[in-house]
Amino acid sequence: MSKLALIIKREYLAKVRNKSFIIMTFLSPILMVGMVVLIAYLTQLNDNEKRIIGVFNESIYFSEDFKSDDETGYAHLKNTNLNAAIDSTLTMGYYGLLHIPSKTSIEEASKHAYFYSKEAASLSSLKEIELVFEERLRDEKLRQLGVSKQEFEHIGDAFEINTSTFSGEENLKGISELKASIGGIFGYLIMMFIIIYGGFVMRSVIEEKTSRIIEVIISSVRPFQLMMGKIIGTAFAGVTQFIIWIISGGILLLIAFAVFDIDPSVLNSTTEITSTMNLPGGVSMPAESNELLGGYLQEFFKLPLLMLVIFFLIYFVLGYLIYSSIYAAIGAAVDNETDTQQFIFPIILPLMLAIYVGFFSVFSNPHGPIAVGFSLFPLTSPIVMLMRLPNGIGEGGVPLWQLITSILLLIATFIAIVWLAAKIYRIGILMYGKKPTYKELFKWLRY
Amino acid sequence: MNNILVASEVTKHFGAHTALNKVSLEIPKNCIYGLLGPNGAGKTTLIRIINQIIFPDDGAIFFDGQALKGDHISLIGYLPEERGLYKSMKVGEQALYLAQLKGLHKHEAKKRLKYWFERLDIGDWWNKKVQELSKGMAQKIQFIVTVLHQPKLLIFDEPFSGFDPINANIIKEEILQLKANGTSIIFSTHRMESVEELCDHIALIHQSEKILDGKLSDIKKQYKNNNFEVGMAIDQADDLLQELTTNFEIREAQFDANEKQLNFKIQLPTNDTRQLLDFIDGKANVNQLVEIIPSASDIFIQTVQQKDL
Repeated sequence: MSKLALIIKREYLAKVRNKSFIIMTFLSPILMVGMVVLIAYLTQLNDNEKRIIGVFNESIYFSEDFKSDDETGYAHLKNTNLNAAIDSTLTMGYYGLLHIPSKTSIEEASKHAYFYSKEAASLSSLKEIELVFEERLRDEKLRQLGVSKQEFEHIGDAFEINTSTFSGEENLKGISELKASIGGIFGYLIMMFIIIYGGFVMRSVIEEKTSRIIEVIISSVRPFQLMMGKIIGTAFAGVTQFIIWIISGGILLLIAFAVFDIDPSVLNSTTEITSTMNLPGGVSMPAESNELLGGYLQEFFKLPLLMLVIFFLIYFVLGYLIYSSIYAAIGAAVDNETDTQQFIFPIILPLMLAIYVGFFSVFSNPHGPIAVGFSLFPLTSPIVMLMRLPNGIGEGGVPLWQLITSILLLIATFIAIVWLAAKIYRIGILMYGKKPTYKELFKWLRY
Repeated sequence: MNNILVASEVTKHFGAHTALNKVSLEIPKNCIYGLLGPNGAGKTTLIRIINQIIFPDDGAIFFDGQALKGDHISLIGYLPEERGLYKSMKVGEQALYLAQLKGLHKHEAKKRLKYWFERLDIGDWWNKKVQELSKGMAQKIQFIVTVLHQPKLLIFDEPFSGFDPINANIIKEEILQLKANGTSIIFSTHRMESVEELCDHIALIHQSEKILDGKLSDIKKQYKNNNFEVGMAIDQADDLLQELTTNFEIREAQFDANEKQLNFKIQLPTNDTRQLLDFIDGKANVNQLVEIIPSASDIFIQTVQQKDL
């Protein structure tokens, strides 16, 4: 086995056998799944709770409109006065009381209707009641105008503009957000991986320094081999952890949903509800929303997934190598972890910047000047470029020259940074005792 | 070639600081070569250059007649002064790893490790973690790992630190045995008594420069200064001492009136003791006459101080 392979193997095993690593690897999916299940379960519980609302209707209108359904029950109070109605609402433990006074017109009655409750009423209950009023008021107005309900529904269709690219492909609205989100997930993964495993590389270097084994090892291998072996071995451990997370998380999630009998679509239902509510007349169109979802799914599979994965790997490998060699150099420069703070902040800064610029700028304009700039700049390009890439390469997507420039810049930076980091590493691992300054690090580059 | 290692005008700067200034050494095969010098003299820098951990700015190193190159790493064994082991790794696994890094095959490394573990009486440590071992135990492992790949040249930097006297002796015997088996050894230390015991040759490095080197016995001859320790039995010392003091350089004269014994140190103009004995000429019974051979420590201190003046 070559020396590099030996080092990679040792680093990998040392990491994978580490107790806290094992605990993290197997506990995190359980915790994550537990969280998801808990949220889903609570959402379901919340929805299952039936609210009962007292209705004290003194008017001649709305007598047929407040009917109990699965979510809300209406108790009609009759032959009483307002105070007595409030009292009985309280004693019966109803959620609230809707009072419609006796007026000459439906408009007047609606205007003076009140909803009384112990605490501020929830938006969803109010929305439901408001919808009833809206509908009845509209019907009344239509009747005055002499328009039938069928005629109104015919003209009242919601309008959505159809979008298409110049090449003639039809688009769904919001698809660019979807695309950016997918890129965003990739970018976020890269950032998390760099921060977590770059930290591991750094601590591993510090451990070798403090245990004083470093000089024994670099009398057998070149410091550069040791550094690269460490970086690669740690990355393999990270990939192992990710694979375990994805597989075990998926299995656990399936088991959990089966055991608790939770419909996974509960988690998406909020978006559906809001979209139904905005439809005029409160007419829900489940068939169409399914079609919409299907459209998004179709669109998702139409994405150049293979291309995305390939570029994800390219940017991931280069980005990780650049950042983790900086982490290794920091680990070599200091004697203990508390001294690393001043050096770590400048590394995390571009990563954070990339994520925020990505979310705010790339989402709204994937090919604007800021998005282009950050996707060329080597320290942010692995994240920002991945957010732009789901739009494809070439026409309508990332221009080819930008992609090539970005990767070339990244490779050049990778070579430069690894070279510089290796120099700092080589000197740093043999320096003990004092906390170095940036000035000293700069001096080490010239030794 | 009779030299395992030759350094020729090796120079190394760290920024404005010169760590080594044109240091030349010739280290003969099959001997123990003491590399001496005060703290910060440049010994460790030189050793690191030999191990190709750092590279000289100027000058060259030759290993067994060839310019030093990457392949030589597996022919050199190095026990650094700052040494340690992975704390959470098992002893056997760790020793195997370090041996493999030196180019040994796993199978062969295992066989040799078994031999050494038995030889140093630590056979049952294989599955222990290093953090469970005492400092002395860990040092033994480190020693084994250094010599396991049977290098032609061994470099020990303060090898006895961390050992109790019994184990230090075991290691000393092992070092002598390695020399008997034909290994060349560079030995860097501050402990002068071990220099006397072990070294055949020495080099003294001070303030980045080599100020002295050669065979230890030659150097001692060179540094002895016709100093003698003299003891004699005599009833009344005053008169004789008076006469001696006017004619010779006498130091540390002591007369024990009860034992009637006079002891002193004397520096003669030449190495011929007859002039002293002729001078005394039966005035006293000389019962002790020994030439003072300077110790390595004396030479070390004397040379360094001279240089500092």
